[in-house]
Amino acid sequence: MKQYDVIIIGGGVTGSAIARELSRYRLKVALLEKEIELAFGVSKSNSGIIHPGTQNPPGSLKAKLCVEGNKLIRQVAKELGVDFKEVGELVVVFSEEDIPKLHELKKEAELIGVEGVEVVDRDWLKKNEPNLSDEVVAALYAPTAGIISPYRLVYDLSENAARNGVRIHTDTKVLGITAEKGKNFIIKTTRGEFFAKFVINAAGLYADEVSSMVGISDFKIKPRKGEEFLLDKKRQYITNHLIFPLPTKVSKGVLIIKTSDGNPMIGPTAEDVDDKEDRSTTEDGFKKVVTFVKRMVGAIDENDVIAYFAGLRPVAGDDFIIRHEDKVPGFVNVAGIQSPGLTAAPAIALMVVDILGKNGLALRKKWFFRRHRKKTEHLFALPFSETLKLIKKDPSYGDIVCRCEMVSAKEVREAIKRGARTMDGVKFRTRAQAGRCHGSFCTTRIMRILSEETGVPLTEITKRGKCSCIVKKDRRDG
Amino acid sequence: MVERELVIVGGGPAGMAAAVSAYERGVKDILLLERDQYLGGILNQCIHTGFGLGYFKEVLTGPEYAERFIEKVKSIPAIEVSLKSFAVAMTSEKVVTYLHPGKLDTVKGKAVIMATGCREKTREMIHVPGTRPAGIFSAGLAQKLINIEGLLPGNEVVVVGSGDIGLIMARRFVLEGASVKAVVEIQKTSKGLVRNIVQCIEDFGIPMYYNHKISRIYGVDRVEKVSVVRVDDNYNELPGTGFEIKCDTILISAGLIPENELVEMAGVRMDKKTNSPVSDKLNETSIPGIFVCGNSCKVYDIVDSVTRDSVIAGKMAAEYIGSL
Repeated sequence: MKQYDVIIIGGGVTGSAIARELSRYRLKVALLEKEIELAFGVSKSNSGIIHPGTQNPPGSLKAKLCVEGNKLIRQVAKELGVDFKEVGELVVVFSEEDIPKLHELKKEAELIGVEGVEVVDRDWLKKNEPNLSDEVVAALYAPTAGIISPYRLVYDLSENAARNGVRIHTDTKVLGITAEKGKNFIIKTTRGEFFAKFVINAAGLYADEVSSMVGISDFKIKPRKGEEFLLDKKRQYITNHLIFPLPTKVSKGVLIIKTSDGNPMIGPTAEDVDDKEDRSTTEDGFKKVVTFVKRMVGAIDENDVIAYFAGLRPVAGDDFIIRHEDKVPGFVNVAGIQSPGLTAAPAIALMVVDILGKNGLALRKKWFFRRHRKKTEHLFALPFSETLKLIKKDPSYGDIVCRCEMVSAKEVREAIKRGARTMDGVKFRTRAQAGRCHGSFCTTRIMRILSEETGVPLTEITKRGKCSCIVKKDRRDG
Repeated sequence: MVERELVIVGGGPAGMAAAVSAYERGVKDILLLERDQYLGGILNQCIHTGFGLGYFKEVLTGPEYAERFIEKVKSIPAIEVSLKSFAVAMTSEKVVTYLHPGKLDTVKGKAVIMATGCREKTREMIHVPGTRPAGIFSAGLAQKLINIEGLLPGNEVVVVGSGDIGLIMARRFVLEGASVKAVVEIQKTSKGLVRNIVQCIEDFGIPMYYNHKISRIYGVDRVEKVSVVRVDDNYNELPGTGFEIKCDTILISAGLIPENELVEMAGVRMDKKTNSPVSDKLNETSIPGIFVCGNSCKVYDIVDSVTRDSVIAGKMAAEYIGSL
């Protein structure tokens, strides 16, 4: 029988961070994810920004957890071997009239405990962010903002959680939940029934539907679409900081984002949509974003855009919903985790563990918790001297599969050994296919390696699971 | 660090022609780096005929055309071929760093010829809105899947753009038993060769839509359909002209971009629009002794012209080395 103390529904960054936090304790924990791989829902389209905490109203969960998360993520990143870079952010204004708004933001930020924020003038900007357009008159500088790879954070959190005993079930969609009074939750899934004393709903876009399964229907998740556009890695140093405009009611605005893979990114748009699977991009979104960011940094050229995608933010009102449902003892909702959810994730995890403890879960620390994880190597992030050492250890580090992003066969095989099952899974973990040629040259090789490593025939290799097969037929089968 | 007279990056038709030509003009120490496990480059996946009419005065397939040069290169001991060798960096001092299974090497050439070919424009570069399902391929990737891997990418195909590879692949898909629903070209005419329009499209009765563009891609897991709309001469959509085509596969054939990231890294002056080196003279760059030839210099229609101009690159490199 699949009996657990805690079951987490949802394998995005929230669910994975909670899973890892729970794996410190003597508990039987499982994580259920409906997609074929983790991070394939909301998290895969995350910008990868670790926010300092500015731009969140004081008193909100978002503000509190964002500031805490910003501090916690550094330790988490170090322990897991995920690259975190503190690059700092600038909230820029185009007119003198808006400078008081920066001072207001600064005051709010200080109130919630963001450190080091200051309003900087033209001279400071000229020196520290020379590509910024002359139209920018001042900015709020928040030095503690940083960048991280959102998918690698999810994969590494969950890998570490699994190493500490958490069972991870992908391709396992929750169909229904029954609460047996005072005993157990019975979770019906596409892969049979699971039983747990506590259930954590971290189902992202579908958190409202999962919550409804136990009769709690007082919130709705409204998808808010964001289109993002990636620039060529050649433009890595187009800015030194994350560049924000003044925030609006619905979003933090269209940004110039540094990413931990090197490619700058521009976006996102913010558009409320009805369909939870609508990840389509539009020509309008592209024009809007390019026009907007060019006002901040004129050197951005739309010809440098090599890729784009859309993601959906799971919006449930203005703030996060993180609470134990007293009407359904043992059920914890962690919903509406949109921005700054990635930053807040480690703090959310702590808060959830605390909630579980207060509601009857016995929290006894394991005598040994494997907090460290061996860093995954990426050639693109290494100087040649380090690459040479790796090649000496394993010759297949010298066997390049993806030429645009310099990804070796060894990295692809490692990614598969660590859980990649699809072309997108390999891409998110290694960056192979994510460069300027968009997989034109490496797709066939990666398909072969996936097939070799997993035993799945080439015709069944998918882009992202389900019916997303890359090819229809093997001609050699006749 | 090893020093060589001439280092050539790329073992396709351009690199091979340049190597042979430089040798014939007196360069006796040549290193030819090729990232794949065999020479020939993209010619290997071009199994259709029509190559060699200009240069050899006969009709050959891509692999046959390549084979003639491969044999020539192999017969010349002064040309050392290093396969599975992937150049990752180059400096203005003509130091090339390359990876190979089991090693990372640097080599300095008195002259360097870059023959790195080109890449295809992607769906993103031509701004096709919609979803991002499986089933969207560059025409060249589809060609590789079918001709090298023996895999059929899809059954109902729409080709976006009418570059030569797209036209040739339209015919290839029909020959493989798939149905090609349309070729959609935003311009008034095709950029492809007339012979390809006739032999690959008209002869097979494939519908060709000029002045049309794909306005949206649909499908969550796999491509399901596209919407197509007529455009005016400024590429603006004409209202009321839209229609849909059901398909499971989209090929993008909207042009090629010279692959010049290494010469750019070395500091060669680049034309941002074409992604090729700025130069008054064929094959030359702003750095003396660094030459670029073949499709990385400019995108050619036929391989015979690539060979012709790459022979000149070999000669230029030989003269440069001789002048030192």
